[in-house]
Amino acid sequence: MSGNKNNSSPRRNRNNLVIGAVLLAFVALVFSITVAKMMGGASMEAFDHTVRPSLEKTE
Amino acid sequence: MADATLIDQGRETDVGDYFALLKPRVMSLVVFTALVGLLVAPVSVNPVIGFASILFVAIGAGASGALNMWWDADIDVIMKRTKGRPVPAGKVTANNAMVFGLWMSMISVLMLGLTANYLAAGLLAFTIFFYAVVYTMWLKRSTPQNIVIGGAAGAFPPMIGWAIATGGISIESILMFALIFMWTPPHFWALALFMNQDYDDAGVPMLTVTHGKRTTRNHVLIYTILLVPVAMAVSFTSIGGPLYFVTALVLNAMFLKGAYDIWKRDDAAAEADKYAVERKVFRISLYYLFLHFVLLLVEAAAKGFGLTWAAWPQWI
Repeated sequence: MSGNKNNSSPRRNRNNLVIGAVLLAFVALVFSITVAKMMGGASMEAFDHTVRPSLEKTE
Repeated sequence: MADATLIDQGRETDVGDYFALLKPRVMSLVVFTALVGLLVAPVSVNPVIGFASILFVAIGAGASGALNMWWDADIDVIMKRTKGRPVPAGKVTANNAMVFGLWMSMISVLMLGLTANYLAAGLLAFTIFFYAVVYTMWLKRSTPQNIVIGGAAGAFPPMIGWAIATGGISIESILMFALIFMWTPPHFWALALFMNQDYDDAGVPMLTVTHGKRTTRNHVLIYTILLVPVAMAVSFTSIGGPLYFVTALVLNAMFLKGAYDIWKRDDAAAEADKYAVERKVFRISLYYLFLHFVLLLVEAAAKGFGLTWAAWPQWI
């Protein structure tokens, strides 16, 4: 790290805010993909190392 | 390997510098062509899934741009056009660009696989590999045909878009690929004819540098002639139609005329008017590709409104 060692410099604050916003947006995106997939009829179950009859019937 | 000289400008790296690593301008083209591929496909996609998928394609394309800037920092610093990029400008270290590019590649491919399907994700992974490894690391510095084969990387996005919607590959998506693939060489060589000096200084073997401008002019004409049938063939597939056909006819006539003009004249004439013809053809080539894809969207919209012409032949 070069230059400013002050953790609360305005530039660093702004960068942290942007990165925080990007991560939040990613969370929101994954959630909305999940909602869209569930509403489209995707199965809520997946392979879980045991027999799941409900998964086999869907094929 | 790219050991960029670090110019400490006395400030910390900015988020904006990382955004610039993603080559936003190239990304916008990728988004556009991938979106067209997705929208013209015969399968409708949930808007949320479609939006997220295109976003991941854009991030994947950006990641390959970051990897390109990591590897090419040594030549980017020489060329006027590229020396302001984050790595040569000393804003991001070459190593950080590499790490960023690799992470973004993995995240985008994985997320596209989960969101859409693994064929689309596989095509995206192959595109990143092709651009970062085959083009950037291998071909760009070793052969004057670099952009011919490298153009494939830019040609994949509509195919990915089509795969997101349909989960498959078909003649339509192959022809959209071929359209961009065949368009890239005449487009870039027209540019190289008037931007020659940059590539020369950096030692990139552009055709203009290795074989001279006469050969490049010949190549522009040959590749444009080969491009025309590809562009016209799209008219007679399920995604084409009369509107596309008429527009393509005009655009191809203009591009062909431009390529002929480039071929016909020599460097003395070009120097005299400061490469006016080459610049004009370069501009035409930009509209050429953009409008072909816009018209595919128009055809898809027309079909969406039930405006179809039963008599239109669909030979392919």
